[in-house]
Amino acid sequence: MRIVVCVKFVPDIQSDRQLGPDGRVVRDGGDGTLNELDENAVEAALALAEEHDGHVVVLTVGPDDAVDAVRKGLQMGADEAVHVLDDAVAGSDAIGTATVLAAAVRHLGADAPVDLVLTGMAGLDGLTSLLPAALAEALDLPALPLASTLAVDPAVGTVTVTRRLDHATETLSADLPVLVSVTDGLNEPRYPNFKGIMAARKKPVTTLTLADLGVDPGTVGAAGARTEVLEAAARPPREDRVLLTDTGDAGTRLAAWLVERKLV
Amino acid sequence: MTATPVLVLLDHAADGTLRPPVRELLTLARELAGDAGVQGVWAGDEDVAAAVPALAAQGVTTVHRLATDTDVHLSAVLADGLEAALAASGAALVLLVSSFENKEAAARLAVRTGAGVVTDVDGLEVQAGRVVAHKTVLAGTWTTRCAVSAPTAVVTVKANSVVAQDAAAPSSPQVVDLPVEVRASSTRVRLVERTELAGSGRPDLGSAHVVVVGGRGTEGDFSAVEELADVLGGAVGATRVATDEGWIGHDAQIGQTGVTVSPRLYVGAGVSGAVHHRGGMQASGTIVAVNSDPDAPIFEIADFGVVGDLFAVLPQAAAELRRLQG
Repeated sequence: MRIVVCVKFVPDIQSDRQLGPDGRVVRDGGDGTLNELDENAVEAALALAEEHDGHVVVLTVGPDDAVDAVRKGLQMGADEAVHVLDDAVAGSDAIGTATVLAAAVRHLGADAPVDLVLTGMAGLDGLTSLLPAALAEALDLPALPLASTLAVDPAVGTVTVTRRLDHATETLSADLPVLVSVTDGLNEPRYPNFKGIMAARKKPVTTLTLADLGVDPGTVGAAGARTEVLEAAARPPREDRVLLTDTGDAGTRLAAWLVERKLV
Repeated sequence: MTATPVLVLLDHAADGTLRPPVRELLTLARELAGDAGVQGVWAGDEDVAAAVPALAAQGVTTVHRLATDTDVHLSAVLADGLEAALAASGAALVLLVSSFENKEAAARLAVRTGAGVVTDVDGLEVQAGRVVAHKTVLAGTWTTRCAVSAPTAVVTVKANSVVAQDAAAPSSPQVVDLPVEVRASSTRVRLVERTELAGSGRPDLGSAHVVVVGGRGTEGDFSAVEELADVLGGAVGATRVATDEGWIGHDAQIGQTGVTVSPRLYVGAGVSGAVHHRGGMQASGTIVAVNSDPDAPIFEIADFGVVGDLFAVLPQAAAELRRLQG
């Protein structure tokens, strides 16, 4: 089973995250890391590969530092990595990113068929959750998004997931090849151990450009984006804050404050 | 954007009543559409008749009822239907309630039609003919304004972004069956089972105006949280710790991977305010925190913070509110 895991390089959510004057997330502040929610996708791929004798490729698109994201995937145990690196990709919206990733998955599929494409449920920077469905659409693959359980039956080539939505739970299935996005409830990602870190140094990282993938630079990046950030501003701190230590009447004071603020 | 109708996906419950945020979206749509009017998309077998009075009050002119034998809960099928409704209505703007399944359909629609898509929006305007969306990002710490440069805009709007108001004059919505050509590729996914979640008797967490949340500090006892929620007419939510411990169902989990809430009033009880939780609630209007740990990060963003025992503070607040409300 050949599995491609799409991962994103994002600012650490514990760091002081910023938007630049262009409205883009600042990703070169030195606090970049593999998107935590993508670790669940890498873990799912590794578990399936161990069970079904698979081969795992971690794929990212992003600036120079984004290679750190796929390196982390290699350290966890993936077999090889692909980094799409091209200045023309900068400023892509989710649809543009899906276009580039789809081209890269097809490129990988030319070597040997890709059975399964895995993603996390969201990037912790943008949190749009648009990419999995957009990528499935671009690849013309059936999508099983938001999997909180995942079972693959390679004998019949069927993938089954369960997922929780706001008002319902669903069980979905489809035949390979498919795209699955996984939640952080699916598994507990492994930490790279010393052996994994050493082994990762010898694993191949292939860098590809848009030209390698046959993607017209005008269709992606800022040039191809269908949305444009006009303005980005840090939110001002909240004003008129009340902080107190309970000396026996804090509940009463809270009630009075809520009434005064017309919140009840 | 020229004078074209605005299309709104009419999320509804099993009994055919509109989900509360839909009225907010219709209010927003009416402001943007002007004379071109607001049209709805009805996806599902439920009886639209139950929603017609609310749609009339909102001034909806036409409801496109998707006519298909396939299950519209499949996002690709819903995208097929929305594509047909876009063509039938001539709309250049589609509004959907922000939810995971609606974002799936929005992404597909964008890829297929060349539309620009913006998610989790809390305000919309039209500027120089373009749709401009307002949103809060990076766990509520930044605000952005984002213009859609494509001819068609698909926007998912967060609950509680606008106050729902009826139209000045009610309409007589025309319900029109819209045949949907479902692509062969849209039915490759099989919906093996779908179970609607039973309502809690409280407002829906994702769209409630008031949310009271219990965290680790409850140690599994949600009675004080529930009591205050009921006095405030609010929903009950929880942190990841509380749901992982099995103290309350997973569907109550608030956070960047659970339910995202932006109520008028958020009350966190025994909630530390880890960044994963803040990502799901930091855009709330007013934030109240009660925690015995003075160093809990939630106090950094609280409008009203109490260092104290939630089992003393919450019942006292609930009792006082009952007294004040008579």
